[in-house]
Amino acid sequence: MYIGELSWPGQLGHLAAILSLVASALACFAYAQTVRSNELTLRASWQRIARVGFYLQTISVFTIFFLLLYLIHNHRFEYHYVWKHSSKSLEFKYLLASIWEGQEGSFLLWLLAQGVLGLLLIRTAKGWEAPVMSIVSFAQFCLSTMIIGLSILGWKLGSSPFLLLRDSGVLDGAPALHIDFDSSQPLIPNYLEKIQDGNDLNPLLQNYWMVIHPPVLFLGFASTLIPFAFAMGGVITRRYTDWVKPVQPWALFSTAVLGVGIMMGGMWAYESLTFGGYWAWDPVENASLVPWLIGVAGLHTLLIYRHSGQALRSTIVFFVLGFGFILYSTFLTRSGILGETSVHAFTGEGMNLQLLALIAVFMIPSAWFLIRRHREIPQIQTEENISAREFWMYIGSLLFFLSAILIIGQTSLPVFNKIFGTTIAPPEDVEFSYNSVQIYIAIMLALLTGFTYYLKYKQTGMGLFWKRISIPLLITLLLGIGFAWYIGIRYDQKGLGFQTALWIAAICSLFSLIANASYIWIGIKGNLAKSGGAIAHVGFALTLLAIVVTSSNKQVISENNTGFLTPLGKGENPRQNLTLVKDIPSEMGRYKVTYEQDSVHPKKKLWYYKVRFKSNDGKEEFVLYPNAFVNYKGQQGLMANPDAKHYWDHDVFTYVTSLPDPDKKEDTTRFTSKTVMPGDTTFYSKGFITFGQPNLIDSLPVELFGEGGQVVELPVSIHRRTGETATVTLKAAWAKKQWLPLPDTMQAEGMIMQLEEQKKDGSLVVGIKESDTLLKYVTLKAFHYPYIQFLWFGIWLTAAGLLISMRRRMQQWLQANRT
Amino acid sequence: MKRTQLILLIGIAVCIGVLLSFLKTTSTYDTVETARKKPGQFVHVMAKLDKSSPIQYDALNNPNYLRFAAIDSLGQRMIVEYNNAKPENLEMSDRLVLKGRYSDSVFLCKEIQTKCPSKYKEEEAKGLKHPGSVPLPTTQP
Repeated sequence: MYIGELSWPGQLGHLAAILSLVASALACFAYAQTVRSNELTLRASWQRIARVGFYLQTISVFTIFFLLLYLIHNHRFEYHYVWKHSSKSLEFKYLLASIWEGQEGSFLLWLLAQGVLGLLLIRTAKGWEAPVMSIVSFAQFCLSTMIIGLSILGWKLGSSPFLLLRDSGVLDGAPALHIDFDSSQPLIPNYLEKIQDGNDLNPLLQNYWMVIHPPVLFLGFASTLIPFAFAMGGVITRRYTDWVKPVQPWALFSTAVLGVGIMMGGMWAYESLTFGGYWAWDPVENASLVPWLIGVAGLHTLLIYRHSGQALRSTIVFFVLGFGFILYSTFLTRSGILGETSVHAFTGEGMNLQLLALIAVFMIPSAWFLIRRHREIPQIQTEENISAREFWMYIGSLLFFLSAILIIGQTSLPVFNKIFGTTIAPPEDVEFSYNSVQIYIAIMLALLTGFTYYLKYKQTGMGLFWKRISIPLLITLLLGIGFAWYIGIRYDQKGLGFQTALWIAAICSLFSLIANASYIWIGIKGNLAKSGGAIAHVGFALTLLAIVVTSSNKQVISENNTGFLTPLGKGENPRQNLTLVKDIPSEMGRYKVTYEQDSVHPKKKLWYYKVRFKSNDGKEEFVLYPNAFVNYKGQQGLMANPDAKHYWDHDVFTYVTSLPDPDKKEDTTRFTSKTVMPGDTTFYSKGFITFGQPNLIDSLPVELFGEGGQVVELPVSIHRRTGETATVTLKAAWAKKQWLPLPDTMQAEGMIMQLEEQKKDGSLVVGIKESDTLLKYVTLKAFHYPYIQFLWFGIWLTAAGLLISMRRRMQQWLQANRT
Repeated sequence: MKRTQLILLIGIAVCIGVLLSFLKTTSTYDTVETARKKPGQFVHVMAKLDKSSPIQYDALNNPNYLRFAAIDSLGQRMIVEYNNAKPENLEMSDRLVLKGRYSDSVFLCKEIQTKCPSKYKEEEAKGLKHPGSVPLPTTQP
């Protein structure tokens, strides 16, 4: 019926989506039967059916993924998803990224990750396979409904990535594609020929981070399901205690992967977006941090239980809530409810009810089971010793949990507004509203992670404790003095109280870093396999230290403090942008900065600006290429990407904030008039101008100038900010009762000047015109970021430590099950 | 778990205290008229760029000064001043969230959030020529 449409991938895709739904339901049911049946042979056959169901489901999800990749790779724009998220100009890696730009594709990624983890569970969970996998299969079923795209009794269930463009409604308002140019008529059979290219991947997302960050983050999301499944599997089957061993490697894995996923988001924001930092307490960021914090709490209470028999209930609650907040964050970021408060939330796709139902189907039964059975969960009724390690670990876990609750509480302001019909807006300084609370939690956590390792489970002899911890305390004292001397905390905008808190946080993190590093030798005698925990703590402390120091000592170096540019208007707002005129060096911090050249990407409207930084002492010189999409695809405006020079101890980081409009050819600038007295100074874009004493010539030929004719000459010196000076003489004549100014063009300055009037009081009116078209310039914002590399390194180290522990715990579990 | 339970209770109490004090620091969503009535107070004003008056921004003279007019949904107009670079997509935005204070007949803006037209609405209204020219959605990571 329509020419050129390729329909088999879509049909196969729909089929695979339905198969995925049915197979996961089968797997879930069959695993549940495996749990329920008492007879050994029956159990075995149910389990076999369940596994086949799960394999089928995973195969279906992979099929969907590769079909979508095939369609995107072949630019089959008859599919709405392909048209909406990709274009012909994209490189392969970005075609891959197009898959997860949208709602449907990111659910697909989540399904894939959960499928792979499920396969690993089938291999390793042993006696826990059936209860855990029935929950995993149920989760796969729920997520499959998100991409099914069915209409049932007027309810839209999910959204299919295989929707055809002509069914999506996009073409309905395009008369040119309809018979007789009438939108109410059907489409013309060859409509596809008119669709030359897709809508493209958002240029801001055309970045290698978009290729790696979402897969890692969704693997992290998917991994939080597994501790949840173990905990609830244990509660439902009333096997309350023996799930704690197999869950441990998974909880460690989840914390590591989710942590790295979040960090990659921060690196992306820092390196490629123009937020001016790696973390802005944006709701989307917070939503993924909160489950991580709760996961860390669960990880520690789990250890407490294994060593002391306490805190089992807390562990279950933390694992349930960790996954619950993943679902809640999915709702927050995909329902569009964040609207005004987030710079980067997804737009709503009309699936809000389904997203809420997703939370409900997991959390309501969990709550019901926990309330009904919490008395059955074993618990020890003893007062804990405050010299015991587990006591302080428990305090630490609670702090992580409280931190998470505070963050999600503040983030949920739009939800609060929605429920209660209020119109409360975020506070003036959003970041400070989080920082001012979290800094105290950070201080306590740093202290706790520092000394807790030096305590023993159950009870600690204080003599040994002080003896062992005195070494790291002494080192901290020495390095702390060094820190105060060489680095320090400069941030004082929020008063002395907050600055003091930052100092304490920095010193406590330093202590934690040293104490944990020392513990690897003092406590574990350098045994790498056992030092996963200490390494993770070193990484965590380093991360905290780097966060405090980086954020406190970050500097805007593009401040206009050279004294040349026009004074500011009202309010002492930050003057953070600096305009660089081509080839003219400007002062920026301790650098002289020159905009030298620009070039354009061969295929896209992506411009690169070559900016040379040269330190004032002449020892350091480098070139940065901040770039921007200018008027991309007919849109006005620019989308800027930063560039940074990395040193081991700091970054110099810059991005474009404004450019002359390249499409504006005409010189529309008018003369701006300035009234000056002889000897006055005025500023222009590249320096300042001083006006000398006017010189009057009045003995002029009457036949040319009429009665009382005069010529006024005004010497003018132009001082460039580079130090060069030029002089010109402006001339104007008073001839035949007419004022005739003679405009003077100064090509090098891109400036035209004329003497417009000489007033009775001796003041002069000078017209100055600076032309955009004569000048090439770029406006930049630039930062000096100290110690940023340590932040990334700290998180990598944390993840490495967690994975070392994971490996050890998994080996222990598998060995115990072999015998 | 007596001691820990006590600590948990204290923790919850602190949490509630912090969240309540957070609510005190929050701001409000206002129209131009209500913002005018509380000068000096930090507010969020939802408005549109008034395209009939010129946008004053000259990066050569002062890259940290922007002045434009905004109209809210009730048709009230105000002059906005912003001591920063012009937001990248000010002209193409269909809605602005202006965060700042009203004072002396101008709105001194601290932060501008631009909201771009969602997907295809505009093109649909005009009659789409070529799907490739549809404005991009403003989704970010």
